[in-house]
Amino acid sequence: MNLEFTPEEKAFRDEVRAFISQNYPAHLADFGMREDMSPEDMVAWHKILGEKGWSVPAWPVEYGGTGWTPTQRYIWSEENARVNAFMPLPFGVAMVGPVIYTFGNEEQKAKHLPGIRSGDVWWCQGYSEPGAGSDLASLKTTAVRDGDHYVINGQKTWTTLAQYADWGFFLCRTDPDADKPQEGISFILVDMKTPGVEVKPIKLLDGGYEVNETWLTDVRVPVENLVGQENKGWTYAKFLLAHERSGIAGVARSKRGVEKLREIAAKETLDGQPLIEDFDFARKVSQLEIDLAALEITELRTLAGEQAGKGPGPESSILKIKGTEIQQRLTELTLEAVGSYGTPYYGSIANDTGSNEYPIGPEYAHHSAATYFNMRKTSIYGGSNEIQRNIITKMILGL
Amino acid sequence: MDFNFTEEQDMVRDGLSRMVREQYDWESRRAAIASDAGWRPEVWAQLAELGILGMPFSEDVGGFGGGAVDAMIVMEEFGKGLVVEPFVPTVVCAGGFLKHAGSEAQREEHLSAIIDGSRVFAFAYAEPRGRYDYADLETTAKKDGDGYVLNGHKAVVIGAPWASHLVVTARTGGDRRDREGVSVFIVDKSADGIVTRDYETVDGRRASEVYFENVSVPGDALIGEEGAALPLIELVTDEAIAAQCAEACGAMKVAHAMTVEYSRQRKQFGVPIGKFQVLQHRMVDMYTAYEQSVSLTYLATLKLEAGERERKRAVSAAKVGVGQAARLVGQESIQIHGGNGVTDEYAIGHYFKRLTIFESEFGNVDHHLKRHVSLA
Repeated sequence: MNLEFTPEEKAFRDEVRAFISQNYPAHLADFGMREDMSPEDMVAWHKILGEKGWSVPAWPVEYGGTGWTPTQRYIWSEENARVNAFMPLPFGVAMVGPVIYTFGNEEQKAKHLPGIRSGDVWWCQGYSEPGAGSDLASLKTTAVRDGDHYVINGQKTWTTLAQYADWGFFLCRTDPDADKPQEGISFILVDMKTPGVEVKPIKLLDGGYEVNETWLTDVRVPVENLVGQENKGWTYAKFLLAHERSGIAGVARSKRGVEKLREIAAKETLDGQPLIEDFDFARKVSQLEIDLAALEITELRTLAGEQAGKGPGPESSILKIKGTEIQQRLTELTLEAVGSYGTPYYGSIANDTGSNEYPIGPEYAHHSAATYFNMRKTSIYGGSNEIQRNIITKMILGL
Repeated sequence: MDFNFTEEQDMVRDGLSRMVREQYDWESRRAAIASDAGWRPEVWAQLAELGILGMPFSEDVGGFGGGAVDAMIVMEEFGKGLVVEPFVPTVVCAGGFLKHAGSEAQREEHLSAIIDGSRVFAFAYAEPRGRYDYADLETTAKKDGDGYVLNGHKAVVIGAPWASHLVVTARTGGDRRDREGVSVFIVDKSADGIVTRDYETVDGRRASEVYFENVSVPGDALIGEEGAALPLIELVTDEAIAAQCAEACGAMKVAHAMTVEYSRQRKQFGVPIGKFQVLQHRMVDMYTAYEQSVSLTYLATLKLEAGERERKRAVSAAKVGVGQAARLVGQESIQIHGGNGVTDEYAIGHYFKRLTIFESEFGNVDHHLKRHVSLA
């Protein structure tokens, strides 16, 4: 056992670091959670990585993966976090991509994987419904076979960034008479330009429009868009969720967040001293760092297990729970650190640099409340943290 | 980066795990800790025979060339069986002082006797008023010809009733809490002027109050440099903390497994209580705390040879995280066992007791959180 990098790993780190510093778009550095990010901004790094062949490191090499070891993947995340890079969105590369190369047929692989790798095709996820959140298997959207098409009807919700999506992957009920609700669900790919697909943005607590309602009315989808077998979609959905969870810990990004928090707390003052020198506050930052240090090793142990041939298993639920708790705590402490300049609604204030007005509050305060509000989602999405506990109960405790 | 154990380490773990299972079944342990001696010298001899007592020492002193990872493996298995035999005081602490700072002659004299099991040590560092500050010493060692004369009172010296020798910290100069002026001595426990009061501890071990009244020791009892031992003490106690974190992980693993099993057997309202989601989620949180503790124990163990600041931060992180987890797992185990959890008869209470005391040894959670903050 050791935590050292080998000379080869150090060389790899240098290579990656040089590539990032030469190619990461300068105007997107330290992106934070900016509401002014355009859809082009969100895929900019993805497209650059696609050309380099580094957009899907975790995929099998035959589908375009890099074949990196877990340590190399760790280095990759660390180096991206150093510039707080806006990484490729997960819907293609971490969600539908692995489902397609694992369960899809050759035509589907040939048709869809290149666009996911390159970042040219934007994907969204049609899972949740107004009446099917944690109890996802109770979903009601139907896909009825009509010749060589499925006709889809229903309503999906929380469809992240669907307003920009070219394609979506949807869970639909294909057998309403199945014995169990989990049986009878199918995994279907839908071109978002198909007539009958309607996307309505939902305004969130931070003032942004990150998620949508997606209405499907008599949407006709060719049967070749079914992935795997009809009525086996739940299996693929579970597989996808486990994949989603293993990247969800966000350790490298949180480490960068703690550094930022320390920088802010060194500038803010309390009783005439830098806030970071106040023991009560510093203690909370240390506790967060300790929890994060533990999570970092837990994730590395999980990755090492994967390399030894164990797929992402129920342990990834731990990464999801702890990772999101830490992300939330980080945003909470950041809001606490900025003090009263967490209060203004910056979405209502023109803070552009060309203006002659006095700026309101320090720049680092501007997104602190919005980010705190936004990040409440993390313990809810991807299978709420309570659902993760149910998974561990069943799969690990055996109860 | 590598999180794998070597084949040899796996073999040691398997052998030790078998030994703890076979020799340390619950009834044998109960009888041993209730006996006059309070431990089993024959178990100690067996550990020597298996090479466990020599694992962390280099081959040139008769050891097996292992290191901190090996100590971690040993302690995790000991934690599972609540082994009381004094591996940490003897092998990790006394062995550590000798390994890092012992002279050739001192190593020769003591290390081979540690490895073959013939010499047992206790580490007398704490004092009634010193709490977790290793420099807060009222015990003194005054130069006297070639040797020293020790006076003072050492508190709650774990394993002292079983020990033939003591490692003692004492002030050779400076004021009570100065970083300078701290020295370490190896003292034969039968030396004139040493008086002990032996007692049981709440977690099944034995300890002593040790009083030094004009105890003369020769000059070669001093380990390392006179008056400059504090960094050495911090290093060795960091090693002890890492080892005890591994022990706590072992104990938590068993406590959690016992609790899950109990929840499967125990029925209320016509169903096993393990069917209740409110208990399931609490047992998941215990499991998560255990897994995070394993990670922090790896981190601390693998950073023991890093630079001082990095080492101290990692060890304090581990002590904070594992200490908090030990409290959570201990308390929740008792709660989920219900009334049975508070009886002496059920094993779970004894895991709870050990985990409780673990938290306060070599600095509690608050102390290490403060140290972590001070090294930010």
